Amino acid sequence: MQQTEYLIVGASHAALSALQAIRMQDADGSVTLVTRDDALPYSPTVLPYVVSGRSAPERVALKDGAWFEQNRVGFIRGAAVTSVDAAAKRAKLSSGEEIAYAKLLLATGAAPILPPIPGLQDVNFHVLRTLADAIGLHRALPQTKQAVVLGAGLVGMHAAENLAKAGAQVTVVEMQPRVLAGYFDAEASAIIEAAFAAKGIKLLLGAKVSRCEAAGKGVRVTTDGGASLDTDLLLVAAGVAPVTDFLAGSGVAVDRGILVDDSMRSSVDGIWAAGDVAQAKGFYDGAKSLNGILPSAVEQGKIAGMAMAGDPAVKPWPGGVPLNTYTFFGQQAVSVGSQDAGEVVRKEADAKHYLKIVMQDNRLTGIFGINVPFDPGVMWEIILRRIDLSPVREAFIAEPQKTARAIMSRTWR
Amino acid sequence: MGAYNTIAFKPEHCDGCNACMTACATAKAGNSDIINSRIQIVADGDNFELAMCRQCGDPKCVSNCPAAALAKDDADGTIDWDGSKCVNCLLCTVGCAFGGIVYNAAAGHVVKCDSCGGAPACVKACDRGALKYLTTANIYNEVGDLEDLFVPGLAGCQGCNTELIMRHTMRRIGPDTVLATPPGCIPGMGSVGYNGLTGTKVPVFHPLLTNTASMLTGVKRHYKRQGREVNAVALAGDGGASDVGFQSLSGAAERGEQILFICVDNEGYMNTGMQRSSCTPFGAWTSTTPVGERGHGKTQDAKNMPLLMMMHNCEYVATASTAFMEDLYAKLDKAIAASKRGFAYLHIYSPCTTGWRFPSHENIEVARKAVETNFVMLWDFNPRDGLRLSRPLDDALPIDAYLEALGKYRHLEPEQVAHIEGTVEKNAGFIRSLAEGRHPAMAQAMTGRIA
Repeated sequence: MQQTEYLIVGASHAALSALQAIRMQDADGSVTLVTRDDALPYSPTVLPYVVSGRSAPERVALKDGAWFEQNRVGFIRGAAVTSVDAAAKRAKLSSGEEIAYAKLLLATGAAPILPPIPGLQDVNFHVLRTLADAIGLHRALPQTKQAVVLGAGLVGMHAAENLAKAGAQVTVVEMQPRVLAGYFDAEASAIIEAAFAAKGIKLLLGAKVSRCEAAGKGVRVTTDGGASLDTDLLLVAAGVAPVTDFLAGSGVAVDRGILVDDSMRSSVDGIWAAGDVAQAKGFYDGAKSLNGILPSAVEQGKIAGMAMAGDPAVKPWPGGVPLNTYTFFGQQAVSVGSQDAGEVVRKEADAKHYLKIVMQDNRLTGIFGINVPFDPGVMWEIILRRIDLSPVREAFIAEPQKTARAIMSRTWR
Repeated sequence: MGAYNTIAFKPEHCDGCNACMTACATAKAGNSDIINSRIQIVADGDNFELAMCRQCGDPKCVSNCPAAALAKDDADGTIDWDGSKCVNCLLCTVGCAFGGIVYNAAAGHVVKCDSCGGAPACVKACDRGALKYLTTANIYNEVGDLEDLFVPGLAGCQGCNTELIMRHTMRRIGPDTVLATPPGCIPGMGSVGYNGLTGTKVPVFHPLLTNTASMLTGVKRHYKRQGREVNAVALAGDGGASDVGFQSLSGAAERGEQILFICVDNEGYMNTGMQRSSCTPFGAWTSTTPVGERGHGKTQDAKNMPLLMMMHNCEYVATASTAFMEDLYAKLDKAIAASKRGFAYLHIYSPCTTGWRFPSHENIEVARKAVETNFVMLWDFNPRDGLRLSRPLDDALPIDAYLEALGKYRHLEPEQVAHIEGTVEKNAGFIRSLAEGRHPAMAQAMTGRIA
């Protein structure tokens, strides 16, 4: 049986970030990386661009074989972990192989949620989470005249834009009353919605799909509002959920994701979790919640790796801050922080621009913009450090980018 | 992975003229609109702050990139952006807490500093001294792998500058060396060794204070006669060089012995209880120039050792400071080469945390302030080119910036400060006149040996 000091399950941002952190501290300990994908490591975030053709599938690898060799990492691809025996410290792979580990990191990410829509299981549909999914969607583009996207989250909106650019007539069906409800308020979403409408994309908001059925070579989608949409391509982008099924019986505590403490340790000794699969402390309320975003995966992976390798410089997880960037039709939307953890101190919107700043007790809790420049990384740090903005409050509200840069330069330069 | 060059910003020299931003925008975007500059100077009240790429060692923009479009170049340390891979997702801007990678509307993608391939346009445009392109990393890359020729456990005081000097110089000079360390901190901290073992990896001997240069002369001549090329090096304190050791030092210099004599100047006998030496400056407290009802520190000015050595018309004479390592290394190289032809003398200032009374972590800063106030001046000399300044003497900081950092000057009366100021001014004027070839004695020294 193969033995390894560090076993990392998953090969995306959290896993790679952990691996790097481990190697910073422990140059020699054996490391094995196992991923269910039969591909070099890639990011789910790049997949919409593989769909559109902007990114060639063979050019999206985050690391190559030479890198694994250089870092002396065993890389097993195309094998999922099917069960974990936490007491014996062994993981079983779908290949039948077993690996004994001293320390285990679960960075298995998330998988698409399939909503319980009658008929969905009986029709052809796409999801977008793996490179294979993206290549399949890319291949389907040229034949697609009518497309329906279920869900107006980031995956659904990116896909809708790309499908429209490829020439399809696209309809997005979303249960929420607005697009990207997780990141933007009604006014901001309205700017995004207008851009989509201007490109001929139909948005059915506040609508629920009640039935799917085969119709010729395609699918007929019926909404509870009575709309009936015939489509050659159905993309289900109704969100994702952590991949934790293989942990049944392992003793690892799972709520919606794997519950972790501030050093990304699970409830079981010797097992850590990071990235989309982990349910860690939120920044604003301290409650453990999912915050499946790429920058959190990078941070959590680093913390887990440092903790696993015993790096004395490890700092506790400060808490998840919801944040994202979203580019649509050449426009930029940026969302950093919480919409409602404070009072709105500035808000303005026109057809093309939007800016909202939220503060509590003169501390920044959120800043949201469309086509308004500011540095999201600097804002994130200002939120995390709970910097008292009272001496510069007016300047910050008037000129957030410039003021934040000055704060950065004199505080953590 | 080595160490890398870097663009450094000194906000105290910045007046917000925007020349750097204009230069960057011109170099990178072909127009002078500073919105296109990848270095952004931000006014903050009366001060100026900076947002630009730090070329981080563990860059989060790279970790955050889902498209493998950003990568740190191992060769020059810059983080390179690959436009053919970038998908414009802006997640790099979330990772960067320095405002170093930013979406540029005109370009239609993120832009960041690429250090202009090692010749940054912003630095060239800055005539205020606020931006500097630091190439000190070259030292590490060049000498980092060279063997440290001292044992790991030298017993110097915490924050000792002299230990740095010893290790740096010997690492560069190399193992084909016979080393003389007369009484002082250098042998005192263990370089001559204990219990029959040396504290060095080269032959080391412990001459008397009086005879360092003459013993070294004999050793060097012996090896020459045997046909062996070795470096004969002294690491001596200022006491051993300027007081009783001066007779033999002067003699060896006058004879042009092929020796490299390094004076590590901590302005006194710090090893034996902080007594004054002839290199102790005016006003300084030492245990033999006490401060009390009648005493107010040393009542004479320091002997100017490097100038005295220059007047011997040595093959090479230079002053150096550990706050200016590139300069120190360049001079060390010249001194090693000169010691194959004749006498080389290197005078390195070494602030002493214990004897000068300042916190150990401030050592390099004290060394820097000494130079920036012209309290000590960096120059070098050879008989062909005369004396050349290594750094301009203009725009010196007020002397208080240096004196106030040190406990040994805490008692100074205003008239003592004025005296020190006067001495610094006089010294600077003298050095300046030598550098400009205005001084008659200098003209004589430059044309050949003084008869």
